[in-house]
Amino acid sequence: MNIERQEIEKLATLARIAIDDSTINEVSQRLSSVLDLVDQLQAVNTEGVEAMSHPMQATQRLREDEVTEINQREAFQAIAPETEDGLFLVPKVIE
Amino acid sequence: MHNLTIAELIKGLQSKEFSSVELTQHFLNRIGSLNPAYNAVITVTAEQALKAAAEADMRLAAGNAPALCGVPILHKDIFCTNGVRTSCGSKMLDNFIPPYNATVVENFEQAGAVVLGKTNMDEFAMGSSNETSFYGPVKNPWATDCVPGGSSGGSAAAVAARLAPGATATDTGGSIRQPAALCGISGIKPTYGRVSRWGMVAFASSLDQGGPMARTAEDCALLLNCMASYDDKDSTCIDREVPDYTATLDGSVKGLRIGVPKEYFSEGLDAGIEKAVRAALANLEAQGAELVEISLPNSGLSVPAYYVIAPAEASANLSRFDGSRYGYRCEGPKDLQDMYSRSRSEGFGKEVQRRILIGTYCLSAGYYDAYYGKAQQVRKLIQQDFDRAFESVDLIMGPTCPSPAFKFGAKSDDPVAMYLEDIYTVATNLAGLPGMSIPCGMADNKPVGLQIIGTYFDEARMLNVAHQYQQATDWHDLAPEGVAS
Repeated sequence: MNIERQEIEKLATLARIAIDDSTINEVSQRLSSVLDLVDQLQAVNTEGVEAMSHPMQATQRLREDEVTEINQREAFQAIAPETEDGLFLVPKVIE
Repeated sequence: MHNLTIAELIKGLQSKEFSSVELTQHFLNRIGSLNPAYNAVITVTAEQALKAAAEADMRLAAGNAPALCGVPILHKDIFCTNGVRTSCGSKMLDNFIPPYNATVVENFEQAGAVVLGKTNMDEFAMGSSNETSFYGPVKNPWATDCVPGGSSGGSAAAVAARLAPGATATDTGGSIRQPAALCGISGIKPTYGRVSRWGMVAFASSLDQGGPMARTAEDCALLLNCMASYDDKDSTCIDREVPDYTATLDGSVKGLRIGVPKEYFSEGLDAGIEKAVRAALANLEAQGAELVEISLPNSGLSVPAYYVIAPAEASANLSRFDGSRYGYRCEGPKDLQDMYSRSRSEGFGKEVQRRILIGTYCLSAGYYDAYYGKAQQVRKLIQQDFDRAFESVDLIMGPTCPSPAFKFGAKSDDPVAMYLEDIYTVATNLAGLPGMSIPCGMADNKPVGLQIIGTYFDEARMLNVAHQYQQATDWHDLAPEGVAS
């Protein structure tokens, strides 16, 4: 299996990972070898088999709608790259 | 003192043979002098440790000491520690100081344990050799030109080198059992849902599970007593009483039915490993257990299914690292997209990026059913294999890994060869079953691990059998050269 350059570029955009032009071939080769491995799954007959997401069939629990967390904005913003007036700062989005 | 087990240390502390401050200082000294050779510990919290040890001594003196009072341990750097950097082995989190403790960390604090520091690991727990850590590889104390296994390689090497008597670890596809095997120690991955994942940096949420590492099964039982708990903050945690795992260690193995899967002894298994594992099984048979050949016909599909599910979940989990709120942000981003993509490509290492891309591919439009959906169905088939096997046996045993510790670089250029390191371990994660590895011999002068797989929530029985094996053998007492003295 071979992944085309175009597809790698699309994946890189979806995953928000910048891939250097010079490494695209290497990335493509390595992804292809992993996909060859996982493609063994395609040969398995799974007709009627239920997909498994939790071993104990657990479902999301519900709880009372009560406030359980205290506001810790300062603690969380103390470790942020950039903040201003209690807000997380990112580069300008609208010109 | 570093050759004593946790059980012995607890006795020594309670009978005032030594104080926790003395013990803590002793291990800190060992970390200072020996760790540079292994790179197993990446953060040392000496000041906090000595303070906690002094408090533990007061509680010991007052006679109201909790279970692990004054016992020094190390935490894998995947567990959030309030005020102490939690890097997950990544440049992305090199500057991350959590404002809270993981539930596991909190449990150990409640039990009076003293935290010496944090251990090295494969970046975001993605690796089987510890070569993907941003902080450099951990060296195997048995052969420093070889890998310690991964991803909990730092915890495993630290326990093997007696830098701490026990450590926390996590296992998504074998990350407790494989390094435990390669470093000649004991480690248990409990049933999915037994240990809280809250505050444990997420890799693949439907597979990740924390567990302890120590030199003996008895010590693992002592640590698991404290580590396992029901936690409201982890919605996948199972509300079930935690038994006292030490209470049942002494039971006989007479009449125990041990399933030996023929698929775990097929081609690709190192001859020295097979010999050691067969000898261990014979030992248990001599103690009165019965060996039953079983088949897990879908075993061969576990690695392919795992390498769809784990990267898919990782790609979703790791989308939170975008340079906005915490962690690494690139220099001078020209716009928001540039900040996201450069922070991620500069902050994540190659293997992490590769898994994010694979996961993104498997989840992308048009491929979801063919990959993720299919893998979740195969996962069910693997679970059914185990369900059938456990109808006729109590435990399943076989090798933990196909070969002993390998040399640095031997598999790092070939992701598929590295992934096959997990061939005997990933199935239990996919099924959510508990798995354990204990030392059972040597091959090529390196330790061999015996894997013990139990049915859901049967950790007590696994620890019991492991303990009985360790009462009859002394593989767990062996130490790498220069470490015991």
